[in-house]
Amino acid sequence: MSSPSAFSLLVEKLSYAYGNKVALNDVNLAVEAGDCAVLLGPNGAGKSTLFSLITHLYNSREGGIFIKGYDVKRQSCQALAHLGVVFQQTTLDMDLSVLQNLYYHASLQGMRRKQATRRIEEELDRQGMLARKNEKIRQLNGGHRRRVEIARALLHQPSLLLLDEPTVGLDVPSRKGIVEHVHALCEDDKLSVLWATHLIDEIYPSDQLIVLHEGKIKAQGSVYEVCGGESTDDISQAFKHLTQGTLR
Amino acid sequence: MKLGHAVIALKGIIKRELWRFLLQRERFVAALVRPLVWLFVFAAGFRSTLGIAIIPPYETYILYEVYIAAGLIGMIQLFNGMQSSLSMVYDREMGSMKTLLVSPLPRWFLLTGKLMAGTFVSILQAYVFLLVAWFYDIQAPWLGYLSLFPALVLAGLMLGALGMLLSSFIKQLENFSGVMNFVIFPMFFMSTALYPLWKIKESSELLHTLASYNPFSQAVELLRFAMYGQFNGYAFVYTLAAFVIFMTVAVWGYNPSKGMMVKKAGGPS
Repeated sequence: MSSPSAFSLLVEKLSYAYGNKVALNDVNLAVEAGDCAVLLGPNGAGKSTLFSLITHLYNSREGGIFIKGYDVKRQSCQALAHLGVVFQQTTLDMDLSVLQNLYYHASLQGMRRKQATRRIEEELDRQGMLARKNEKIRQLNGGHRRRVEIARALLHQPSLLLLDEPTVGLDVPSRKGIVEHVHALCEDDKLSVLWATHLIDEIYPSDQLIVLHEGKIKAQGSVYEVCGGESTDDISQAFKHLTQGTLR
Repeated sequence: MKLGHAVIALKGIIKRELWRFLLQRERFVAALVRPLVWLFVFAAGFRSTLGIAIIPPYETYILYEVYIAAGLIGMIQLFNGMQSSLSMVYDREMGSMKTLLVSPLPRWFLLTGKLMAGTFVSILQAYVFLLVAWFYDIQAPWLGYLSLFPALVLAGLMLGALGMLLSSFIKQLENFSGVMNFVIFPMFFMSTALYPLWKIKESSELLHTLASYNPFSQAVELLRFAMYGQFNGYAFVYTLAAFVIFMTVAVWGYNPSKGMMVKKAGGPS
C-alpha cells in the first residue's frame, strides 16, 4: 500500500471493542483527495464508533488512523487540523447566534478575527445562510442548522470532511440540498468526504462505496465495482446481499 | 501547539463562556442572590456568634457578617465550579463538547482553557458581590481588593477543576443532584466558610478534623487572608496541591484512551 500521506484518510487494521462486544474488526479503508466515500451500513454497524476513533474522541489500541499522513493517535493536533466534522447529533450552541457559533469554532482553529470574518461570510454565503447570521440557532429549522454545521466544518478549509448521518431527521428537500452540496464540494474543491449513512438514495454513481456491517468491511470500491461484485446493478440489492437482509 | 493559536483559542473559549453567562441572566442573578441572602439574613441572625475572639487575619473584634464574607466568596466560586461542571455534562449530552474536543489542540489545554473561562466568570461574580457588600459596610482595605485577585484565580481554578473532575465521572445530567447532596453541601458546611476552626472544635473533634482537611476550607482561608492583604502560605500550598490533583484526574478522565470517556461508552477491551 502507498504511504499514508498519499491519502486524505487511511485506516489500517483497526479494531475496537466495548468490553466483550466487538464494534470494529480489522477495518481497512482509504479515501483519496476529491473522493466522496459513502460509508454505508445499517444501524449498529459501527459507523459512529469509527467516527469517534477518527476524530480522536476514542483512542484505538489496535490499528492505525492517518489523516493526510498524520497519525491520529500520536500526532492528533496535526491530524485534526485537516479535519472538518459534522456529527450525527447537532453540536451547535442553541442559545448563541450563527455568527457566535462560527466565531467560536474559528478561534478553536486558531483563526484571527479578520480571517475568520472573511471565511464565515464566504461559507455562509455558499450555504445561503448569510442573511440569517445573527439569528439564534434555536430559531433555525433542522435543515438550516445542518447547513450552519457544514459551514462551520469547512471554515478552516480542511482536507477531509466527515459527515455522520447528517440528513437524519430532515425533510426531503433539505436532505436533497445537503447531498447535492456535499457532492459539489468534492467535485469543485477536491475536498475528500467520508459520509456515513444508511440511506441508499444518498449515494451518487460516482461515489466510492464502503459497506460496513457488524464491525467489518464487507465491500469497498466504486458503486459499479461493489454492485458488480454482488452480480447486480442495483445498490439496494448489493447492500441486501452484503448485510444479509438488514436493508431498511 | 503554536502560542498564537493557543491565545486565540483561549480567548474564544472565555468569550463563549461569557456570552453564555450573560445570556443566562437568571444564572447571574442566582449567583449573586444566594450569597447575599446568606449575608443579609443568615449572618444577621448569627451576628454575635464569634463573641470577643480575635482571629487572624482580623486585627480587632469583627461582626459575623465580616467573617462570613470570605466564605461567601468561596461559595460563589464553589457553586460556579459546579455550574461549569453541570454545563460540561450538558454540553457532552448535547454534543457541543465534541466541538471542543476535536479541535487541533492538546486536550489538557482545551480543558484548562475551559477551566480558566469558568474561573474568569466566577471572579466577575465575586467582585460584584464585594461591591454590594461594600455598601453593607463590609469593607476590606483597598489593597485587599487587589491582593484578592490572585487568590480568586487559584481558588476558582481549584474548585473548577473539582467540578471538571466530577463532570468526567457523571454519566447523565440527572445524576447531578447527587453532586449537590454529596459534594457541594458537605464541602460548604464542613468548612471554615461559616465558622472558624476553633468554634467547630468546641462542638466536634471529628468535624474539626474534616473541616481542616477540606480543600474548600483552605481556599476560603486563602481568600480571607488575601482580602486583608495577607498571604496564608499553608492555605496557598494546600489549594495549589488540590488543584494539581483534581486537574490531573480530570484530564485523565477526559483522556480518549484511559479515562471516563471510554468507560461511559462501555469500555475498551
